Amino acid sequence: MSLKIKQDHARFRDIVRGRIKRNLKKYIQKGELVGKKGKDFITIPVPTIDIPHFRFGERSQGGVGQGDGDPGDPLSPSDAQPGSGQAGQGEGQHLLEVDVSLEELADILGEELALPRIQPKGRDRIVTTRLRYTGISPSGPESLRHFKRTYKQALRRQIASGSYNAKRPVIVPVREDRRYRSWKQVPLPETNAVVLYMMDVSGSMGDEQKEIVRIESFWIDTWLRKHYKGLETRYIIHDAVAREVDRETFFHTRESGGTMISSAYKLALEMIETDYAPSSWNVYPFHFSDGDNWSADDTRLCVELLQSKILPAVNLFCYGQVESPYGSGQFIKDLKEAVGDRENVELSEIADKDAIYASIKTFLGSGR
Amino acid sequence: MDKHTHLPARLHDLRNRIEGYARAYGLDFFDTVFEVLGFDEINMVAAYGGFPNRYPHWRFGMEYERLSKGYEYGLSKIYEMVINNDPSYAYLLESNMDVDQKLVMAHVFGHVDFFKNNFMFRHTNRKMMDQMANHATRVRRYQDKLGVELVEDFIDRCLSLENLVDYQSPYVKRRPERPEADAEEERQIAQGFKTEREYMREYINPTAFLQAQQKKLDEEAAKKKKFPERPERDLLLFLLEHAPLERWEHDVLSIVREEAYYFAPQGQTKIMNEGWATYWHSKIMTERALDASEVIDYADHHSGTLATHPGQLNPYKVGVELWRDIEDRWDKGRFGKEYDECDSFVERKHWDKHLGLGRQKIFEVRKHYNDVTFVDEFLTLEFCAQQKLFTFGYNEKHQRWEILEREFRKVKEKLLHVLTNFGQPSIAVEDGNFENRGELYLVHKHDGVDLKLDYARDTLKHLQSLWRRPVNLHTKVDGRGTIFRFDGREHSDRRADL
Repeated sequence: MSLKIKQDHARFRDIVRGRIKRNLKKYIQKGELVGKKGKDFITIPVPTIDIPHFRFGERSQGGVGQGDGDPGDPLSPSDAQPGSGQAGQGEGQHLLEVDVSLEELADILGEELALPRIQPKGRDRIVTTRLRYTGISPSGPESLRHFKRTYKQALRRQIASGSYNAKRPVIVPVREDRRYRSWKQVPLPETNAVVLYMMDVSGSMGDEQKEIVRIESFWIDTWLRKHYKGLETRYIIHDAVAREVDRETFFHTRESGGTMISSAYKLALEMIETDYAPSSWNVYPFHFSDGDNWSADDTRLCVELLQSKILPAVNLFCYGQVESPYGSGQFIKDLKEAVGDRENVELSEIADKDAIYASIKTFLGSGR
Repeated sequence: MDKHTHLPARLHDLRNRIEGYARAYGLDFFDTVFEVLGFDEINMVAAYGGFPNRYPHWRFGMEYERLSKGYEYGLSKIYEMVINNDPSYAYLLESNMDVDQKLVMAHVFGHVDFFKNNFMFRHTNRKMMDQMANHATRVRRYQDKLGVELVEDFIDRCLSLENLVDYQSPYVKRRPERPEADAEEERQIAQGFKTEREYMREYINPTAFLQAQQKKLDEEAAKKKKFPERPERDLLLFLLEHAPLERWEHDVLSIVREEAYYFAPQGQTKIMNEGWATYWHSKIMTERALDASEVIDYADHHSGTLATHPGQLNPYKVGVELWRDIEDRWDKGRFGKEYDECDSFVERKHWDKHLGLGRQKIFEVRKHYNDVTFVDEFLTLEFCAQQKLFTFGYNEKHQRWEILEREFRKVKEKLLHVLTNFGQPSIAVEDGNFENRGELYLVHKHDGVDLKLDYARDTLKHLQSLWRRPVNLHTKVDGRGTIFRFDGREHSDRRADL
């Protein structure tokens, strides 16, 4: 039975969605949002949609309560509900938590930042199907007959009909007993994508810098996941040497030492070459650093790697330079000079959390 | 509702049994229709305030979301819902155990008895079920014709003013049906006292006296010219009568007003009503309906409803305790002059005149009181101490809520204050032609508690959109008189002491 309320509910969701849209910038800057990610939903606090009334300010009012305690004893905040004894018409709450699916969130992000749809490259939209034997059916070709199930079925029938003789257990399947393997078609999306996150974890990258990377990568993931069915993510951290880590480590490692960006690019290239053939993969390397590379030589090596190997193989290469307490490095300028005119390169400087919004737009605005 | 919601035979039998017990105790209720709903449906009906059919509005959707989430996460479950209608409709949750269903039925009969007999509900429309559906149809029609956005937006604005009605007006006749026809009277001349003897006139009516009389008359006349004549607390009615509304707007506003008046008594008798229903479910269950095997579940759920949290007054708990206290006092004769004047603690404690008037008294009280008068008359010093009542407030210094006082007089005063006017600020239309510019002037009767200013400004904005001309609100902020004004474009405020 479809409920009448669904209409009102949908309307309410629309309004909430509009609110999320208006406040999106705020949410993007908020770190905790990412932490609250559930399985496919994230919880976003939105201001209660409260119809304004003439009413008392809560703090000045107080009320009457019941229980133990002496004058001057504190009440726990959740307990204090001014105006008690009244039919609480949803008053007193200030935040309304709504669950938003990641898909929906990506939509909102896209609408608000005016992000173009991504055109997957290569054999786009070709979905191959594979057959999987997943079930049993009472009809099918003899070559797929499931012997054991057929036998069981026959046994069951004979016991039920009383023709089974325990002393002389002969089971004779009839036509109706036969069981066959049946299959299902499983679509396999051909357009696969991989995001290679690289992050500088040298001493100059502090917690706040990492927080920025974390938030930004969450939104990038959300957006790309909307466009690619099978999105893989790989994480590389580097200081003077690079290594692959899992997500958890990626966001929480703090190393010290120098910075050799080329090490990360080498590792990324290695990954692309072994696992992600550019012909069938959409590859998205994102690199975050404070831009303080070890030497000009290393920078030259990076540019060379990019130009000759990486850029031809990827959809989009993004470099985000996060400002650290030690200032912002030279690397972004070097990159700009060398590869800034390549169409699949996006560079962005992220001064603080407020800049994340603009940075996401730069990275994803190209629609590649 | 569909056929499938009718009671299955098992519950039907239970219902009849419980109804029998309730009648035997003397409860007098409307015919009550129970329906069994799944949690999704019960959440819907609850979101609609108990009615299966309301006009479309997003806030019902919001409420629904809150309820269904609460249910999904196992935080809350709606046990009982009943609407004031003849016949009354009550809803049972399909998945409840039988013992819960019994409890709910007993509770519901308590409520319906209260609806039927309490004086506050006299004026309510007992065919509200149909009326609500009617409203829904009307609003839908406007939405079809004018667009959802426009109508919804208008409803939002009306709801913003929803609490500006005169909660007492259904019970008193506040103004004459028609203002006197001869509004254009001549100026009345003060005549002074009559006297037969010409020479005494000077002594009986000295000039000073005549002048004072004349002034009074003139003032009286000026008052009549004022618009409205007396401060009007029913702002919605004032708007209906005087604001330049379009026909559909007029209709929607009157719908909002009608529903506000319909729901008002339930807010004004919350403690009594919930207490009464709890009193009766506990009586019926423990004395009659409960099977031995159900005792534990019953006790569990019953105590759940009566749980107290320090910063909240649970109306079920306070209500039922007050009812029991009244019954006990009238059974033992602990009332009246003799009892009040007795100051021997021991004597008072063992006071028992074996009057047995308790039952009769509570039936009488349920008829003639509302929460304010109920608490005012029956909340005693002993009760206050026994129930550990206290007042609390926000301590700015410690940045936290704190228990303030346990003194009986203070507690009672605070409780009455919270209950008076429904916990809403008291605001009335003072002038519909403020400063002779057709502006609306509202006055907040400040009683020590400031308004929430951001809300007040937004509300003024909504009010202005209905009144069309600028609107003003006089209130106090931190002890200083202030007039807030919204002229359609911007907000302003200025100091003004009354």
